[in-house]
Amino acid sequence: MTQQAAIITPDSGRLLRFRTAALPRLLFNRSSRRAIVSILAAIALWQLGATSREWLGWPVPVLGHVPAPDAVLVAWYHVLGDAGYWQSWYQSFLRVAMGFAAATAIGVPFGLTLAMSPTCRGIVLPVFELLRPIPPLAWVPASILFWPTQELSIDFVIFLGAFYTIVLNVLGGAETIDIRLVQAARSMGASRINIFRRIILPGVLPSIGAGMEVAIGITWEVVVAAEMISGGGSGGASGAGGGLGFFIWNSYVGGSYPDIVVGMISIGIAGYGSSALVRLLQTRLTPWLEAR
Amino acid sequence: MIELRHVSKSYGPGRFARPVIEDCSFTVEANHFTVMMGPSGSGKSTLIRLVAGFEKPSAGEILVNDRPVTGPGQDRLVVFQESALFPWMTTRENVQYGPRARGELTGTGRARTDFLLEKVGLHAFRERYPAQLSGGMQRRAELARALVNNPAIMILDEPFRGLDALTKKMMIEYYAGLSAESPRTNLFVTTDVDEAIFLANRLLVMSHIPARVREVIEVDLPRPRSFTRILLDGRANALKMAALSLLHEEAMKAFGGGNIPAADFIEAHRRRVAAM
Ligand SMILES: Nc1ncnc2c1ncn2[C@@H]1O[C@H](COP(=O)(O)OP(=O)(O)OP(=O)(O)O)[C@@H](O)[C@H]1O
Ligand SMILES: [Mg+2]
Repeated sequence: MTQQAAIITPDSGRLLRFRTAALPRLLFNRSSRRAIVSILAAIALWQLGATSREWLGWPVPVLGHVPAPDAVLVAWYHVLGDAGYWQSWYQSFLRVAMGFAAATAIGVPFGLTLAMSPTCRGIVLPVFELLRPIPPLAWVPASILFWPTQELSIDFVIFLGAFYTIVLNVLGGAETIDIRLVQAARSMGASRINIFRRIILPGVLPSIGAGMEVAIGITWEVVVAAEMISGGGSGGASGAGGGLGFFIWNSYVGGSYPDIVVGMISIGIAGYGSSALVRLLQTRLTPWLEAR
Repeated sequence: MIELRHVSKSYGPGRFARPVIEDCSFTVEANHFTVMMGPSGSGKSTLIRLVAGFEKPSAGEILVNDRPVTGPGQDRLVVFQESALFPWMTTRENVQYGPRARGELTGTGRARTDFLLEKVGLHAFRERYPAQLSGGMQRRAELARALVNNPAIMILDEPFRGLDALTKKMMIEYYAGLSAESPRTNLFVTTDVDEAIFLANRLLVMSHIPARVREVIEVDLPRPRSFTRILLDGRANALKMAALSLLHEEAMKAFGGGNIPAADFIEAHRRRVAAM
């Protein structure tokens, strides 16, 4: 991806230039203040609901049955020193990264090939459309059977989750490219390769970015469920933590309920962080969309 | 030289085909300035796409320098009616695109890009993306992007649409000057009669849809022309009136479909023209 970006933005310095001054501004602007206040209020409400269990004689729905924030904080504090917890983070991240990278690396060229060649589209798309409705999680048992290691089978399921979305976005993006841009380039004597690189590719880039953003969210959904189903893959068996999904499941089985919430929030943070990373990459790749 | 022989074009499948151009023939002389005018929706842009080679005629043939058009070619450059700048390139990158794509972006090529950007008044905006330019600026950027390639044949579909009156006049004068300096074959579509008279050697007044040449008006005014002189020149005004009355007639056909108010309108217009 970075190589493509270098082709499109000649001053590729732009890709690496991070705005350091943006951080304080980000923390103290109005919408951030609102966000902080609303999050604090939600935590207070949760604490109140979880500790009192009854409001005006009525049992508190949902909140009455979950561990209170203070209990979760204590549990989190304990788990922070636990290597298994960090191992879980590492494993889930690794799986997401592997599956997502493979989905991008294969999905983008695959989608572009389909977009460029009607023949390919005619041959491949029917099979693609037939397989697409099968949810990635339905692949878990089968993929455990046909991949040599459990690790690979989880990666594969994550890959599937992201792959379809990325391919469909590339296809859709290629359709929205204004034919006149290609015509203009052609009449200026541009070669097919040049048109592909400088017109088609940047034209599809916004859709690739949008597809990646949706796909990274899907990968986190898939990784957690896959880890729960497969028992955490190889990591679960060795007892060194089998990913955040397995961490949650294990906490449930072991009866340490605050840890369930710790795991849930951890996944929330991980998902948010990776989405932010993808968004950052996206704005670097398509600077012209920011310039409005 | 561009030659159209009995060209027809219709859109839509089989029985539902709607003719947009029917049996249209005309010639665009080499190194001449041919201006095409016609009512809105009459098929001018469609004709342009055919000549450019982006679409194929349903019938008839189009010759460029005695060779049939089979697709777009480097000898003909098109400036589209709607902006077709590359959104991901800055103004300068857009203008440089043609030479760079052909591997011709040398020192003089760069200087020429900057000169053209200066000429169309966009030098200060050279690092902006098209989305950051106004509609008129986009038109000018597009003109520069076409001119930098110095094509033998320029096909322009309402290139100055959306410019303010003063900028438009300046651009027209500049473009006429360019064509005088280095001879070029021009096919130029416009809806502005003053612009047409200023630029044209030959004026093609198109009919209401399906498009056909309604009348060919030779504009044999001396060059270099100026807007003030044209305004005061009796012959120029006569040509202008002739073109306008034809255009109104065709536009009214498109508009009113031959109903009575439309006919009255045309009659009133004739009398006004006759009185002048
Ligand atoms: N691809 C297409 N498919 C179907 N109909 C089309 C297509 N392109 C143009 N037309 C029809 O052809 C007619 C002429 O369109 P065209 O754009 O050539 O007009 P025009 O003379 O350039 O008008 P204007 O002065 O408003 O730009 C219109 O009625 C339009 O609906
Ligand atoms: Mg048009």
